[in-house]
Amino acid sequence: MAFLTDRKRAIGMGSAKTGTEHHWQMMITSVALIVLIPLFVFTFGWILGSPYEEVIAYYQRPFPAVVAILTMLVGWFHFRLGVQTLIEDYVHGLARKIAIIAMICVSYAAAAFAIFAIVRIAL
Amino acid sequence: MADVNRGNRPLSPHLTIYRPQLTSITSILVRITGNALIVAGLMIVWWFVAAASGPEAFATANGFVTSWFGDLVMFFSVLGLWYHSLGGIRHLVWDSGRMLDVEKSELAGQMMMIVAVLMTIFTVIVL
Repeated sequence: MAFLTDRKRAIGMGSAKTGTEHHWQMMITSVALIVLIPLFVFTFGWILGSPYEEVIAYYQRPFPAVVAILTMLVGWFHFRLGVQTLIEDYVHGLARKIAIIAMICVSYAAAAFAIFAIVRIAL
Repeated sequence: MADVNRGNRPLSPHLTIYRPQLTSITSILVRITGNALIVAGLMIVWWFVAAASGPEAFATANGFVTSWFGDLVMFFSVLGLWYHSLGGIRHLVWDSGRMLDVEKSELAGQMMMIVAVLMTIFTVIVL
């Protein structure tokens, strides 16, 4: 008879394979976004709808550019954590793994494209 | 025997049997708004990439983002963003061990809805 304690049987069977680190990173990014989101909404919203030359000149200024870079970096990382929780609740089996991997790729790709673009405009 | 009843245990009652409550609705809305922000998020990424690519690409992306459809998405995303932010603050307060009782949670839920609408009106007027 194989001897398995209840603890041994439960370890590694959680939906996310990890919990506290995910939650802690969610807390860090939430606090950062409380500051970043209002700054981004009112800088990005301010220039949205302006002509091309004005947009380029605006994002060559350090403050709007750094706010946009940080918001894209932290925001997409926060999204990557949140969407993982969503998938874990509603998708099961192999489809869950595929969905989580796909959405993590989308999140990091979105952040990378946005940050590259902002840096290219700014420099 | 460690594994008597694996996979055949009774499940806890799920969403469908509960009467909707303010606390459950505000919580579900936090999830919906947060994940729905991918639409506006990807539109903004496209807008930045287009601006970095040149005037023609920018004209296409900017035209889409500032069209009536883009405006509609951005309007609801601002509403969702403020609501989700307030929901996040409520979670941080909860995580600190405060406002965990039903009355205060419901008050916070009502405040989230009202303040999110007010902040959206403010944002639309300012921008």
